[in-house]
Amino acid sequence: MKSDTAILSKELPKTDPRVKLIAAKMKKENYKPDALIEILHTAQNAYGYLPKEVLAYITKSLHLPPSRVFSTVTFYHFFSLKSKGEHTCIVCTGTACYVKGAQAILNRLEQKYSLKPGQVTPDNKLGIQVARCIGACGLAPAVVIDNDVQGKANAEEIIETINAKTGII
Amino acid sequence: MNRQELQALAGKAKGKHEQFKHKICVCCGASCISSGSEEVLKKLQEEIKTRGLENEVEVIPSGCMGPCNQGPLMKYLPEQTIYQKVDCNNITAIVQSQLIEKKPIEELLLFADSREKPFVNSNEDPFFKRQMKIALKDCGDINPENIEDYLAAGGYRALEKAFFLLSPEEVIAEVKQSRMRGRGGAGYPTGLKWETVYKYVSDQKYVICNGDEGDPGAFMDRSVLEGNPHRVLEGMVIAGYAVGSSKGYAYIRGEYPLAIKRFELAIKQATKLGLLGKNILGSNFSFDIEVRIGAGAFVCGEETALIASIEGKRGTPRPRPPFPAEAGLWGKPTLINNVETFAGIAPIITNGGEWYSETGTPKSAGTKVFALAGKIKYSGLIEVPMGTTLREIVFDIGGGVQNGGDFKAAQTGGPSGGCIPAEHLDVKMDYESLISLGSIMGSGGLIIMDKSSDMVDVARYFMEFCMDESCGKCVPCRVGTKMMHDLLQKICDNKGTQIDLDRLEELAVYVKETSLCGLGASAPNPLLSTLRHFRKEYENRIMNHQ
Repeated sequence: MKSDTAILSKELPKTDPRVKLIAAKMKKENYKPDALIEILHTAQNAYGYLPKEVLAYITKSLHLPPSRVFSTVTFYHFFSLKSKGEHTCIVCTGTACYVKGAQAILNRLEQKYSLKPGQVTPDNKLGIQVARCIGACGLAPAVVIDNDVQGKANAEEIIETINAKTGII
Repeated sequence: MNRQELQALAGKAKGKHEQFKHKICVCCGASCISSGSEEVLKKLQEEIKTRGLENEVEVIPSGCMGPCNQGPLMKYLPEQTIYQKVDCNNITAIVQSQLIEKKPIEELLLFADSREKPFVNSNEDPFFKRQMKIALKDCGDINPENIEDYLAAGGYRALEKAFFLLSPEEVIAEVKQSRMRGRGGAGYPTGLKWETVYKYVSDQKYVICNGDEGDPGAFMDRSVLEGNPHRVLEGMVIAGYAVGSSKGYAYIRGEYPLAIKRFELAIKQATKLGLLGKNILGSNFSFDIEVRIGAGAFVCGEETALIASIEGKRGTPRPRPPFPAEAGLWGKPTLINNVETFAGIAPIITNGGEWYSETGTPKSAGTKVFALAGKIKYSGLIEVPMGTTLREIVFDIGGGVQNGGDFKAAQTGGPSGGCIPAEHLDVKMDYESLISLGSIMGSGGLIIMDKSSDMVDVARYFMEFCMDESCGKCVPCRVGTKMMHDLLQKICDNKGTQIDLDRLEELAVYVKETSLCGLGASAPNPLLSTLRHFRKEYENRIMNHQ
């Protein structure tokens, strides 16, 4: 509790371009509390996740209770309080992908990298996640590696691509 | 820009296109892009330039053409010849053959690897022949990032007609006459909804476009927003005019970055031309649209939860009434329609409500877009008249089950829907017929399953989805979906008993009847429909552990 109070009063470096981005977004939205989700999107895009200090900064700027911000962040799947890793691999588990064997791909990746969905390797190089549906059902099963959709995915090819990107062998 | 200037601009845009003898569209929908269509587009543009054909041949990136798993796709107009799985190395040969020698390369045509003889004119291929495109008209033929393409194809003429020739009451009357029903899933008559919002007197009303396509296995809204964003935008402005609103929100899934980008671009282009903003086309009607990006919560497809999310809060639903038409966004009367519903508005205004109502069945008028996927030979985006049978969709359009397998079931309506077994393949795809089989129309996801799908596991899969996505506000949904999931898991693990099955059925009724919103109320549907049509599989798990 004490540490969280300390976080709330901590100032973020104003010269950090990421902070500037969030400040500009808040100004554009007129510091309206109803733009909270939009601002959180900007912050997550800038940092890759939502560090507590950043949430505290947004909380103060929008004059919202911390509970309101925290409850909103934890409600939506898109927002993460932890780093998602330098490289991300998202396995789509939508219905079409499920029918076409997404679980087998996920099992293979979990086994290969000793990660469960939502976890990141100790060196923060790779994070594995699952998505509810990315809407690429015509190409099922689909996997997204660093924003690139890989259709008709095959576990071994996915592993090859991941290894090439992350340097993991 | 005023009305005359719009007409002049549309005429000019049309003239510009008519200068070209040929048009080549390269599909740049999200699916084809992931198959490499952007490189194909670049290579093709270079090829046309090298040959000095740039004044004769127009090359554009287009929206989704339909057969997504055959991408990247490239279409030659006016011949309507589609090439599939286009490789950058084939482009020179295709251009030489198709454009110069006027002889299509048969082995590279759409479905060449699976049909005995592919069709040079793709409109003759059964995949397209059985379709009827209203919401998807122009999608795949125009550049979604260029408003002039939309204008040249007759875009914004419906808006012009509505503003200058029709009163708001007359617009609503046309929509009512069309008998169109909401394409988001519930099937509420669109005209009636518009009329209700129109009748409430308020200083401010809102129009919301629901693009939070959360059903796994559905990508209709994504494809429409990516392929023809101006059509959705035009529908929203007409709706604003009809119900008396000056502010619209488009709530689009965060998982669809390309749809967001293209819709935002469409807003920018329309604003620049005076088709959005203050005094549209010189009339005294003003309308603005803002994009809100969803943050990944299935429940936000429910209208009251979506409103909470636009207000920047947790997306939890609230009891209705009051319905959003009376007290919605910030307590003001609010019209919420799905992307596909808005995409159908412009043709209704242009051609009249009666024209639209002539297609489909007596109770379900018009056409429906389906996202056909799963174990199907030709997956992709299709639009068919309401009342087309499931058999026609699966076998005539979709080419049957993948690898010649046997059809087992079709899943409609996502986690709120159900599974239709083979004995009901002749069911008409309309709202009532699907409900009578224990499924729902839903937003249009249509997943085909073959014998490799275990129906008990399918029920478990959807229940896991609902359990995860339950917002937690009401007990029946929060606790009930968890209990049902655990029982289904137990049966899947071959540890279930008859008592568990009885308990499941009992719980399903409780959850269905007592949940606060549609998510909970429909969560038992996949379970109930698989129990109804595939009860033997449950019993086999329990009695014989197989």
